[in-house]
Amino acid sequence: MSLITVTSPHTTGQRNHTGAFMRQVIYATIPGVAVLTWLFGWGTLFNLIIAVPAALIAEAAVLKARGRDVRFALSDWSAVLTAVLLAIAIPPTSPWWLIVIGIVAAIVVAKQLYGGLGMNPFNPAMVGYVVLLISFPLEMTRWIAPHEAPSWFDSFRMVLASANVDAITGATPLDSLRTWAGNAEQLASQPILHGSFAGAGWEWVNLAFLLGGIYLLARKIISWHIPVGMLAGMALIALPFWLADDVRYASPLFHLFSGAAMFGAFFIATDPVSAATSRYGRLIYGALIGVLVWVIRSNGGYPDAVAFAVLLMNMAAPTIDYYTQPRSYGHRKAKRGASR
Amino acid sequence: MTETILILISAVLVNNFVLVQFLGLCPFMGVSNKVETAMGMSLATTFVLTLSSVLAYLTWSWILVPLELEYLRTISFILVIAVAVQFTEMFVRKASPLLYRVLGVFLPLITSNCAVLGVALLNVRKEDASFMSSLTYGFGAALGFSLVLVLFAAMRERIAVADVPVAFRGPSIGLITAGLMSLAFMGFSGLIKL
Repeated sequence: MSLITVTSPHTTGQRNHTGAFMRQVIYATIPGVAVLTWLFGWGTLFNLIIAVPAALIAEAAVLKARGRDVRFALSDWSAVLTAVLLAIAIPPTSPWWLIVIGIVAAIVVAKQLYGGLGMNPFNPAMVGYVVLLISFPLEMTRWIAPHEAPSWFDSFRMVLASANVDAITGATPLDSLRTWAGNAEQLASQPILHGSFAGAGWEWVNLAFLLGGIYLLARKIISWHIPVGMLAGMALIALPFWLADDVRYASPLFHLFSGAAMFGAFFIATDPVSAATSRYGRLIYGALIGVLVWVIRSNGGYPDAVAFAVLLMNMAAPTIDYYTQPRSYGHRKAKRGASR
Repeated sequence: MTETILILISAVLVNNFVLVQFLGLCPFMGVSNKVETAMGMSLATTFVLTLSSVLAYLTWSWILVPLELEYLRTISFILVIAVAVQFTEMFVRKASPLLYRVLGVFLPLITSNCAVLGVALLNVRKEDASFMSSLTYGFGAALGFSLVLVLFAAMRERIAVADVPVAFRGPSIGLITAGLMSLAFMGFSGLIKL
């Protein structure tokens, strides 16, 4: 009798292939992208069209230089996913070179220098985003006022960086909150802060990404620990401050449906490579991201903070893993890092 | 009380000595290969930094300012720090040989840690420097140093087994990681206006 030994994972078929998982995440962004396009025009789609080939070229160039199998690495769709996430995160008014610089920072520096998929300690898309935010603060905070969507031709001209975009730009809910926090009169008169149930326009963006996130949860692509931890952490720290002083601090509901909250909770923070790995560790990881987002939004120098909070917790993820090693079956509590 | 907390948050996060002011990079790169040694180093640095910050302030306000010898501050602070480190080493050796062995070579190394001298010099430059503010500033700087050193050590353990391109292995990927950490710490800028 001959026995064939096969190493794990013992799965068959294409459904559990890395590429299949990545594609599911990309499909889940569709509702969010649709709402972004409806509110802000074609800019997001143009960003996507530039970002995806740029990411593939950057990845292929590094792999070629290292003498690795280019076709195999590109077939896992991870570069495409990074490009999609970065294209969604940056404003739809951005010129074409902005996203190209971001993609190079994300794919080359944050991902390939660490050895490619599965090795990167930082979330590549968020490294790209933060590099852009710090280098080009003007372009990166220029959002269109909701429902003022320019025609596809105007969007195209913005991509080529020749159009004057100032006429249609407006403050996002988080921008006006930062400007007017503590001033009850101004807060009441800003229409952008009073949408159907949160900041105008942005509540629908967040709702759409929540929908995509629920799809990912239902397909078991992500576990619930990180998004629930992050949203709960954010709401629980916002609640007491809002109850104490609702002129200075925004409500938990406003925070949950503003900026990149839902997008960050379901699509960014859940990156399995750069997040904590144990269940308990993931809850801590998510909750601390939520707390950091609230702290930087309410007191910091930047209107939104999901990218910074995710990078800061990426930094802490190995340490969280170190202290939350689960007990292996048949052994007592994990020794390493328990006490020393 | 509020001021103490503000100084602490400022020293730990907003003006972190390693990632924002780029002081103390040598031990940051040198002893971050293992989490255990990083923790030992953090402990020793925390003690020495707090002690020397206070001692430097006392030297400043009791000796240098009355004698109008302010221009001698760099050299006198180096002397104070070296004495503090030597004193700590002798005391630890007597009181707890076990801790002395755990800390090993890191104790004398702290003398050359530029964050320690940096804290002492930055402290007396402030207009309203006091005994309490020197103590909290030194302690906060040490906490911030310890925090990023331990986080960085845990990250480097992971990077050590990653498939990094040959040209980037070792300290170079370590420096790139430190740069990305510094990028993340820019998110804290503007948190506190001091």
